[in-house]
This record gives sequence, structure tokens and C-alpha cells, in this order.
Amino acid sequence: MTETPADVVGFYASQLGVDGAAAESVLASALGRGGSFAELYFEHKRSGSLSFEDQQVKATQASLSQGVGIRVVEGDAIGYAYTEDLSVEAMRRAAATAAQIAHGSSAGEPVDVTAASYDADRYAIDAPSTAIPLTEKVALLRRADAAARGYHPSIARVDASMVDEEKRVLIVRSDGRMVADYQPLLRFNVSCLSELDGERRNARWGGGGRMGMPYFDEHSPESLAEEAARQAVLQQEAREAPAGTFPVVLAAGDSGILLHEAVGHGLEADFNRKETSNYSNRIGQSVASELVTVIDDATLNLSRGSVNVDDEGEMAGSNLLIEQGQLAAYMQDRISSEHFGVAPSGNGRRQSFRHAPMPRMTNTYMTAGEDDPGDLIRRVDYGIYCKAFSGGQVNITNGDFVFSVTEGYLIENGQVTAPIRDVNLIGNGPDVLSKVTGVGHDLEMSDGRWTCGKSGQSVPVGVGIPTVLVSGMTVGGTQMRSGGMSA
Amino acid sequence: MAALSTEPLELAARLLERAKAAGAEMADAVAITSTNAATTVRKQQIEKVSESTSRSVGLRVILGGRQATVSTSDVSDAALDETVQTALELARVSEPDEFAGLADPKLQARETPQLGLFDEQIPDVDGEHRLSQALACEDAALSADDRIANSGGATFSTNVSTFALVDSNGFGGSYADTSASMWVEVMAQEDDGSLRNAGWSTSERSLHRLDAAEDVGREAAARALRQLGAGKAATCEVPVVWEPRMAAGLAGIISGAASGEALFRRSTFLADLEGAEVASPLVTIVDDGTLSNRLGSRPFDGEGVVTRRNPLVEAGVFQGFLYDSYNARRLNAVSTGSAWRSVGGLPQIGSGNLSLEAGQSDPAQIIAEVEDGLYLTTLMGFGINYTTGDFSRGAAGIWIRNGELAEPVQEINVSGNLLEMLQRIDAVGSDAQWFGGSSAPTLRMSRLTISGT
Repeated sequence: MTETPADVVGFYASQLGVDGAAAESVLASALGRGGSFAELYFEHKRSGSLSFEDQQVKATQASLSQGVGIRVVEGDAIGYAYTEDLSVEAMRRAAATAAQIAHGSSAGEPVDVTAASYDADRYAIDAPSTAIPLTEKVALLRRADAAARGYHPSIARVDASMVDEEKRVLIVRSDGRMVADYQPLLRFNVSCLSELDGERRNARWGGGGRMGMPYFDEHSPESLAEEAARQAVLQQEAREAPAGTFPVVLAAGDSGILLHEAVGHGLEADFNRKETSNYSNRIGQSVASELVTVIDDATLNLSRGSVNVDDEGEMAGSNLLIEQGQLAAYMQDRISSEHFGVAPSGNGRRQSFRHAPMPRMTNTYMTAGEDDPGDLIRRVDYGIYCKAFSGGQVNITNGDFVFSVTEGYLIENGQVTAPIRDVNLIGNGPDVLSKVTGVGHDLEMSDGRWTCGKSGQSVPVGVGIPTVLVSGMTVGGTQMRSGGMSA
Repeated sequence: MAALSTEPLELAARLLERAKAAGAEMADAVAITSTNAATTVRKQQIEKVSESTSRSVGLRVILGGRQATVSTSDVSDAALDETVQTALELARVSEPDEFAGLADPKLQARETPQLGLFDEQIPDVDGEHRLSQALACEDAALSADDRIANSGGATFSTNVSTFALVDSNGFGGSYADTSASMWVEVMAQEDDGSLRNAGWSTSERSLHRLDAAEDVGREAAARALRQLGAGKAATCEVPVVWEPRMAAGLAGIISGAASGEALFRRSTFLADLEGAEVASPLVTIVDDGTLSNRLGSRPFDGEGVVTRRNPLVEAGVFQGFLYDSYNARRLNAVSTGSAWRSVGGLPQIGSGNLSLEAGQSDPAQIIAEVEDGLYLTTLMGFGINYTTGDFSRGAAGIWIRNGELAEPVQEINVSGNLLEMLQRIDAVGSDAQWFGGSSAPTLRMSRLTISGT
């Protein structure tokens, strides 16, 4: 069973000697030079990984990471320090370091800490994978290996791994609020190499979420492995992708990476507070086709990007970002919400206690439209159909973004035809979203496989999208071809 | 500094002793301490000040070829004992691997060469210095031109670290190193109010080798300004000139493809090509972990093996792969001193300093010889398939017309296959520059596909 917030508070007090009184003492040091706000982010994370390579277990790994990150806020400026030593003495030293951001001489008011009560039910799971014996995990990896090898004779290598963690966070703030959360995370990965007539092609697949072993009831190791194998074998037949600007149909699910890059990062409020995003000062303006509605939603049950509370202790919820093409809101953390004079949106996240929080996405998706997905393909004379991706990136300031397609096909005369080799797509956020000319009724969230990087910090996220038609995007293939048709 | 350099070694030794006493026949332990301090300013105001010291340890045990690694940031005696017990339990349920093991003691370092990795000034750098450098860097960028309208901020950071490794064959060693870095990002404004951003940075082991704060700031400003008015290019096949920083990235890709682990997995386009001409004869790429003062240098690798110079490509001919001990054993090769180690997990293969060596060409001439082509200054995204060598990435730069840098371009894509791209290198400049742990000059590829309008 996962732990309730009260259980986590109890864990810190009994196992680590961190209780309300200790926190009050550290907060007093943090505010010793008169900072306007201080926060303690305690983290206790146990993680494990098991890697299976060439039909045997290659390595087992476990790690314990614990510590506290202390942030003192003074205006828009922050002081930050962390320590792995949770003695009150060491924590007070770190607090005094963080306190130097403020220049007053007098301490703030004493803090009276009270545990907040709330429902923490977005990933209340019965069987965390971290509690499962290693032999059972090895059995899952073996099943994946066998299934991938059995998929096709050309599958020459299979690598699989299972990575999981349980994180207990405790956040105590100088406004007296104390919140705790237990956050499980599971990920299963398979990588396959197909070797045929000396030609090698590879593919990866996997999934997971804030889930326990029941994940595998719906996503068997065999199905994940066969999907990786299918993509690798498919690549053996792939042709060179075309070069130029063409209509693009994005399949439901993983294509949500388009949103993550095209608008997600640009709507994080830190960039907009600084006016360095191409979406700065555009609330209420049209930034996309009327067909486009985008939501960032931390509440999705068991999803990789979900959280009960954010890493600043705010309740995380569902936030409408773009409504029928109009920019509705940014994703806020504490500092930016004060700057904009709006309520925190629960998007303050961080990689670990060693990092200061900033506005981040949780699960970001486009709502379903009314088109039949097949019709969207039939509307294209010549273009690209994209199904699987390896990653993406965006330049926040000029809005250019890319994503790399690892399973793509040509669309010719309204039909999906030949698979194409790995290809990068590049576009500009508002431009591409204004070219969304069809949205399917088939919204799908990706399986939990995405990790988002920003300013050197990684956090787990979810993405989702229905089948979408973009009338033109630049396709970075090698095959010169002119005469792209518009949809 | 004496306390800092010996403490991790003692901690690692303590962990290893406990593991041996508990029955680990073969084991090694790593301890790392790191003190990092950074100051960020934006628009000449302090945005963030941070300073922390971190310490963690990791243990690897090998029981009859069954391998497990465990790390912890809690270094209390109780936590070390728990680490040992967990490692033994995990190893027992792991599976035997005949190649699992420690480094060959004959390859391990007997002494610690002086590589100039530690600048005595850096531990004494205070917050005032970091602040003044960050301010000066950003100020130089902001005041370079009236069109520099906004800033992503400037950061100055310092780091002091100690890495210690002990193993059950009797190896024990540690070294301390320092680094200092500065980076800045600014935005130039178009007439319509939209912004073009660019950043620049410097990173070195010692303070006095850093580029001057003002130079870093001015370079960032110049790069943002030259992107003003950028548009898309038409889809075409043209010569592409890689500026030195981009060429250094290319060397990094080749080094990644030269990983012995990737060879074992058959997931590199360089598989089976040792001794083959994989690039134009103008191309020489060397990995070297022994260069004085460089960020990629260290006296021994993550398994205690002495670091060395490893030619990767010499005059276009692929010389061989980089190995840690494990992959060397299973591929019948010898460790190249290329194991990198954090406290958690197994050693991973990586390069030391990477250098794409300077050629004979005048960089201005390399551009002047291009009638119609791209000067590449930015690459975006992860579009590299190491198995096939397919390369397709977002790009920006400056279009070359009649031998001159003409108008800026963005939102384009460059693509090719790396093996073909390397063969198409037809000019290598004499202007090699260092960027942290890698160095490269300007180079030109005779033809790449550009996707645009």
C-alpha cells in the first residue's frame, strides 16, 4: 500500500527525526536575515533498476537519496542551499547560506507549522513495484526478451530494463503550511535490434506511470517488447524521408510531444514573467487554430506526470492553457504567480532537493475534436504520418521547435504507404498550431515514457493528443521532392 | 584543502572494508564530494544565489560474476551497513556474467600525475566575485547594442570536487579538481517586437583561463544581433560550413558512436569499420584524458585505469573503439581508460578531452569558396540514429552567398547520413578552439540536404 500524507509526516518524524519543531527551527534560520518567504523541501527517494541484456541480468542497482533543499525568497530573487545531512545543526547551516539572499538584520516572525489535510488519491496504489521481489521483476524482463525474439527472426538483440522509485516528499513553508506526498514511479523499457542482410535497425518502446504491478495487467511485457520489435523490423523496409514542407498527420497519443514543445514550454510562466517567450503578453490572443484546446492536468489517475501537490506545496490541478485557439493562461510557480497576481496553478516542480522549483508541465494534452482520424489521412495527397518519436526541443524565444520521428510513413493520395527512415520535423509554435486543420475524436494519452528537461532539471511528464492534421510542417528528410500539396 | 581530498578516500575505504567483512569477494567503492556555488543575475539584478556541498558513496559487489551496485547519500555507519547488505542481497539474485569484474591491476594508476586539474584560487572565490563576474558579463551583452532588449540572465559558477575509488584488488586513489563556468543569454529585438536569442559561455578548470566576462557577453550579443531578420531557406542541397562550436559537437557524436558498449550492442554505424576510411583524409579526431588543465582530464578513469591518448580517427581512418574493462573483456579488447563513474550504477564509457584537429585552411577562405550554402551555428533536437548513422536535426545559421555571410536563416533542417557526411568534409580550418572539454576548427561538408520552404 502506498502511504497517506499523514504516514509520510510520521515517517519523517520517526525515521529521520524531522518533525514540525525541527522544521520551525530551520525556518527561523532561513528567515534570519528577513527574507520574505522560506520553504524546506525534504526528499527521501529509494530507486532501483534492473537491466537485462543479451538474455541475462546484467546489473541490479539500488540507490537512496535523501536531503533537504532550502529556499529563501526576497522579491524575485532566491537563495538556495541543500544538504544531505538532516541533523538540525546541518540544516540550520544550509538555511543560513540560503538566507544570505536577504540583507536585513532582523529575523522574521516565528513560524507555527501545521500539517495541511487534503486528498492524495491520484496514485494510491496497492502494489508498488518497489516492494516486489527481484526474481519477479526478472521474470517480467525474461518474458519481454522472449516475446521480442519470437516476433521476428531478424531480432538479433534485446535489451530490457525496469526502473522504479518511491519518493517521500515533505514541504514546510514559512506561512506554516506543511504538506507531504508519497510518489511512486515505474518504467519498463525494451530496446530491439533487427539485423537483416547486414543491415541493422533499432527501436525502443516502453511505458509505466505512477503505478504498481497492475500496470502489467494492461501492458504485458510481451506487448511492449513486440511493439519495440515491430518498429525495428519495420525500419528494415523504410525509405528515405522527403525534404521540404508537407502536410503532416500526427497519430493519437505520443504525438502530444508536439504540444509539449510547440506551446507547453512557451507557456511556462517564468519565461513570460521575463518576457523571453514568444507567448509573452499574449493572454487572450489567438495563438492557434480554433480547433485547438490544450490542458495541463496533474490530476490524471496514475499518470507519469501527475502529482497530488506540486514541489512548492500547492495543490496541483487541471489548467486550461489554450481554449479554441485563444491563449487562456500560463503555468505558474510561486514567484511567477505573485508577479502576475494570480493564484498558483500547482506547476512548481523540481528534479530533486538539489534543485530550486520552476514552472513545469505535468500531463499536457489537446482535447478531442470531431474529425474521423481516417478522414484526416484521406485529406492529404502527399505528406507524412507520424506515430513514434524519440524526443523534441524548443527555442522558447523565437518559438522554433523540433521533434524526431522514429516511426513515420508517407501518405500518398490519401493512403498511408511506405515507412520512412528517422526524420526530424521543425516548425514554429504559433505558426504550426494555426495550421491545425483537423482534430480527431480519438484523444489518447501516451503510455508513461516521457521525461522533460529544462535548465538542467528532469521531471516525469505525460503527453496526449488526438489524431491531428497540420497543413504544413518542414520535414527534414534527404529525398529532394518538390510540390507539396496543401490540405 | 587536505581534509577535502582525503575524506572521500577514507569514506570509500570504510565502505569497501565493510563489504569485504560481510563476504563480498570482489568489490569497489566510490565516494564523491562536491561543493558548487553559483550566482545568477538578470537585467543586472540578483536572481539566484546558491551554494551547497554534496557527498555520496556507491558500492559495487561481484559475487561469482553476479553484480550489483548500491549508492547512498546517507553516509552514517548504519546507512553504510545497509548499503552493504542491500548490495549483497541484490547480487545474490542477479545472474552470473563471466565478464563482470574489476579493472586489470596492471592497467591501474600507480601514481597520480599532475594534470593541473586544481586551481587553488577557486575554493576561495566568494559570492562577491561570482556576482561581479556575472554582472560584468551580462552588462557587456546588454550594452553592446540598443537592439539588445532582454536577457535570459548570466551565471557564474564554481565547483570543487573530489573523486575517490578503492577496489578489492588493492587499488586506492583520489583526486580533487576544480572548475569555473560563466554563461549568458540575451535577446535582440526585431522591428515588430519579436526576439532573437543567443547565448555564449566559457568553462575551464582554472579561473585565469576563463574568457573575460566582457568577451563572453559581447559574443552572446553579437550572435543574437546577427540572427535579426532570420527567415527560412528554400529546400536544397548545398555545401555546409560548420562553425567550430558545431564541429566540436560533431566530434562528440563520433566519439559516442565509438563506444565499445555500442559496438557490443551492434548499435553503432562504426561497427565493423575499424581500420576503414570512414571520413575524408582531412579528418583526425583524438580522445585524450591527459591534457594539462583541461576539463576532460583526470589521472585515472572510473575503474582506476590510467587515462591516455586514444586516436579515434586518423586521416580519415577509424582507429578503434573506447572501452571500459567490462566491454573490453567481452569484446577481447583492452580498456582505453574511458570508464566514467558516478556513485550509482556501473561504469559507463565516455571520452576525455575530444579534439577534432586543426587543418590547413584559412576559415575565411572556407566560406569564401562557397557560392551558395549554409554557415551552421545552431543545431536542435535529438535526431541522430547511432545504429544507422542517419542524421536529421533542426538548424539555424547564416546563408552564404557568393562567398560571403549574407542573411540569417532559421527554422530549417539539415540531414544526411553520418558516414557520408564525414566523407564529404572537404575543408578543415586552422582555427581550432576549445569549448570546455572539446576542441574543433571550422569545417565544410561539400553537400547536405537542407529542408525549408
